[in-house]
Amino acid sequence: MTMRTPQQTTEEILDLAAAQFKVPRESLSPDDDFFKKLGIDSLQALSLLTRLEQHFNVELPDYELQGVTDFRTLAERIQSRL
Amino acid sequence: MHSYKGNAISWELANGVIELALHREPCNELGTKSLDEFEKFLAALPDMEEHAHALIIHSELSSGFSAGADLREIYFSTQGMEKQAAAAHVRQLLERVHHVMNTLDACPLTTIAAVHSVTFGGGLELALTCDMIIADKTARFCFPELRLGLIPGFGGIPRLKRDLGNAVVRDLLLTGRSFNVTKAQQIGLVSQVVAEGHALRVARGTAAQLTKFDRGAAAEAKKFIKPIPYDELRREIDIFCELFALPATERGLKKFVESNDAQPYLP
Repeated sequence: MTMRTPQQTTEEILDLAAAQFKVPRESLSPDDDFFKKLGIDSLQALSLLTRLEQHFNVELPDYELQGVTDFRTLAERIQSRL
Repeated sequence: MHSYKGNAISWELANGVIELALHREPCNELGTKSLDEFEKFLAALPDMEEHAHALIIHSELSSGFSAGADLREIYFSTQGMEKQAAAAHVRQLLERVHHVMNTLDACPLTTIAAVHSVTFGGGLELALTCDMIIADKTARFCFPELRLGLIPGFGGIPRLKRDLGNAVVRDLLLTGRSFNVTKAQQIGLVSQVVAEGHALRVARGTAAQLTKFDRGAAAEAKKFIKPIPYDELRREIDIFCELFALPATERGLKKFVESNDAQPYLP
């Protein structure tokens, strides 16, 4: 399988987040604060993390997400585990 | 009492299986109300055991199996108390919780936790009393207590050590990180992983299989393979109470319970 580019990873995260929290995909962009944009709390963020780990087949300890609030940085963290 | 509908939990015995459902909003936080009802369940259990092979514990809430101890209740119930009185109050609460957890752990029925989504702290500790954990793909596990300056106080460390060995326990305990069901199965915490929303159905199928076997033999096998670490459980209560009395813990709890932050469960 070919390696995903960071942009692909970001796009896939946006797709998954939009589907999970039932928001229009076009309303999300990489630099959005996902807590604010999706209106989610920390438990819901962990539920998103669970889906992302399964989708990308990675394990991402939640402490690596400390201070991460935007999709682009989240994608970078995941990309570093692919 | 073969069926009961409470505010925090409900149970029903049917076809040789007891199903205990958790349903206290928002995410089955375990406080004194839940504890009262669990104690009612324990009182009803000996009579039901005569007619059952298995006990399934599950949550009816989509938010998850359980977010663990009701920290807000613990914190606010000790505010304004003298230090010694607060410590005694917490110890009494833990003694009651341990009695419930130890009785579930030693229950002669085969016990199954069917879990999904949030299975944190005391919720994970409740699941750990069971003989098997069946988890759907949304399940996530965590011992976040160290973030507050505490250790898990509902029997989590001794039971996790019994089931998994010390190295994994140290990682989970000392980092306080959460992990998904894939990891949980890799380390041997979860015995079956199922599709989202199917944990209870699979648990029922597993319980039905158990009814084919001799109950006495199953109870003996369980006693043999699953000793209860009573000494370590006692020590856990002591350590929890010592840590609870520290100013740093009070600060950590205060920050947590008063938080309007969207991220109290993130490190």
